[in-house]
Amino acid sequence: MASMTSYESNINKVNESAVDRIFMMGNTTLLLIITVIILLPLIFIVAASFSSAEAVIAGRVTLWPVDFSLLGYETIFEHKKVWNGFANSLFYTFFGTIFNVFMTIIAAYPLSRQDLVGRRFITFGFIFTMLFSGGLIPTYMVVRDLGLLNTRWAMILPTGIGPFNLLITITFFRTTIPPELIEAARIDGASDFRTFRSVILPLARPIIAVLALFYAVNTHWNTYFQALIYLKDQDLFPLQIVLREILIQNSIDASMLIDIEDLVAREGLRELLKYSLIVVASVPVMIIYPFVQRHFVKGMMIGSVK
Amino acid sequence: MPVLISDQATSARNAGAYRFGARRRLSGREARAKLWLRIRRNWQLYALLFLPILWLIVFRYAPMYGAQIAFRQYSPAFGIEASPWVGLANFERFFNSPKFEPVIVNTLVLSFYSLVAGFPIPILLALSLNQVKARLFRSSVQMITYAPHFISTVVIVGMLFQFLHPRVGFTAVLANALGMSAPNWMGDPDAFRHIFVWSGVWQETGFSAIIYLAVLSTVDPALHEAAVVDGASRLQRIRYIDIPSLLPTAMVLLVLSTGRVLEVAFEKVYLMQSPLNLGVAEVINTYVYKVGLLSPILDFSYSTAIGLLKGIVGLLLLITVNHAARRLTANSVW
Repeated sequence: MASMTSYESNINKVNESAVDRIFMMGNTTLLLIITVIILLPLIFIVAASFSSAEAVIAGRVTLWPVDFSLLGYETIFEHKKVWNGFANSLFYTFFGTIFNVFMTIIAAYPLSRQDLVGRRFITFGFIFTMLFSGGLIPTYMVVRDLGLLNTRWAMILPTGIGPFNLLITITFFRTTIPPELIEAARIDGASDFRTFRSVILPLARPIIAVLALFYAVNTHWNTYFQALIYLKDQDLFPLQIVLREILIQNSIDASMLIDIEDLVAREGLRELLKYSLIVVASVPVMIIYPFVQRHFVKGMMIGSVK
Repeated sequence: MPVLISDQATSARNAGAYRFGARRRLSGREARAKLWLRIRRNWQLYALLFLPILWLIVFRYAPMYGAQIAFRQYSPAFGIEASPWVGLANFERFFNSPKFEPVIVNTLVLSFYSLVAGFPIPILLALSLNQVKARLFRSSVQMITYAPHFISTVVIVGMLFQFLHPRVGFTAVLANALGMSAPNWMGDPDAFRHIFVWSGVWQETGFSAIIYLAVLSTVDPALHEAAVVDGASRLQRIRYIDIPSLLPTAMVLLVLSTGRVLEVAFEKVYLMQSPLNLGVAEVINTYVYKVGLLSPILDFSYSTAIGLLKGIVGLLLLITVNHAARRLTANSVW
């Protein structure tokens, strides 16, 4: 990439024709417009979340906070349900991701070994689940029959191995670990277990980072469907289900609004609360995101190796 | 996409690494003995695979076995095996149900609309971004455009409700400023499809562009160099170098999405549904969920039948589209 960039800039300096310059101006304008379209809704939500309830209900907020206030955030921090959801989501994301990454790695390494008899058949067994599944109800029945309904296990065990993630991990092992290395370990007397622990795992660190991110964000933190069908107990609800109640179903614990007499102000706080909640719920992922986006890109690249 | 992976190179490299002696014709018994030896030598690898395969069987293949209740009248008292067979009755019930047509139509319209809008835009973004060499600008645009991908579905739909709110939303504020009153977009059944599709484009365009950018970064610079020497403009280089190099990847992604047209994102549609827009917003996946787990009389068999039908049609569709793609363009998933 780096070498290409410098070479490109050289030829462009020499050969930039009028047509190309106009094209590049159009191109830059287009990208700026796209960026603004992406940013606008985000800025609006953040601006509204820092405004006063009155300004929100009067529809006076556009892209900058009006009558700066932290009332929305203060109200959320007093809401026990939100905190509980936050803690549950952290729990499911943490333990769920460990389980997912562990299972994916121990499956991918053997399947990446060319000398494993039956590896094609087993790999196909995993990939097939990407194309076809037993369906919602039969899966629900299995979870029910195992006695996992309404337990924390239901949020972790059924997620197991994502076939896409398994495939990128197999590809990673095949393309980055030379068979000579495994052979050398064998000649030194290492068993397959030992090779896996002492040679493969240390080399697998980049793919473990990618997998952890994919699973944590896509399978756990951001989903609500599993919780919707498997959990009944309020105390077990992850953040996304709590968010759904407040943001979509518009059900807010009345005790949170009780000190406010005025009906309009109460309505304003109700809306303000939603803006603040959207910000709070997205902050954890947004904070880590700039640091990890490189890994996401890398993961997509491994996945697209041809 | 991992399905693109070809392992020819690696297998060529590995050839011989684990072979025993020179190749010669083996008798059946010898061959079996050698095979057995190879399996036994690798027993620890199979041990590593034990838990993943157990998980696969329990959580992925046991449900496929359980899907047979689509052909039975399942009753919890009898369990899967002892419930009476009813043949195709559950499927016929769906075909004859007044819900059949709207559910199928809604699913297909939403899918194809998403595909038509969501497929070309990431390619355009990647082509456009690939022209930019200023690092800071390029990485800023990339970072901002991927960001919405990481927002959860619940929050996205929550944002839609707030942004398009008839009183406090951004659109309402703008409309008021212009002296108009804002319509209630989220309650309007005619707006549902547009909101669903374009918010999806808003959320996923940047992230979907990553794969195309990755492909563009592998284009041989010599091609561009030669084109520049021949006096090609930037547009011509995009037209004759960049676009052709994206075609195989684009084709594979198109095949995969076409194979998934019946799988409209349950999570988002379900959240966006309201009694007002149910006529256009009820899709197969949400219907399966409601019939199976939400209705007063839970009908596991009926719900499973609809889900199974969806799964089988989806699989056939994928195979057909892939076959057509291979014959027409020589690019295919497998």
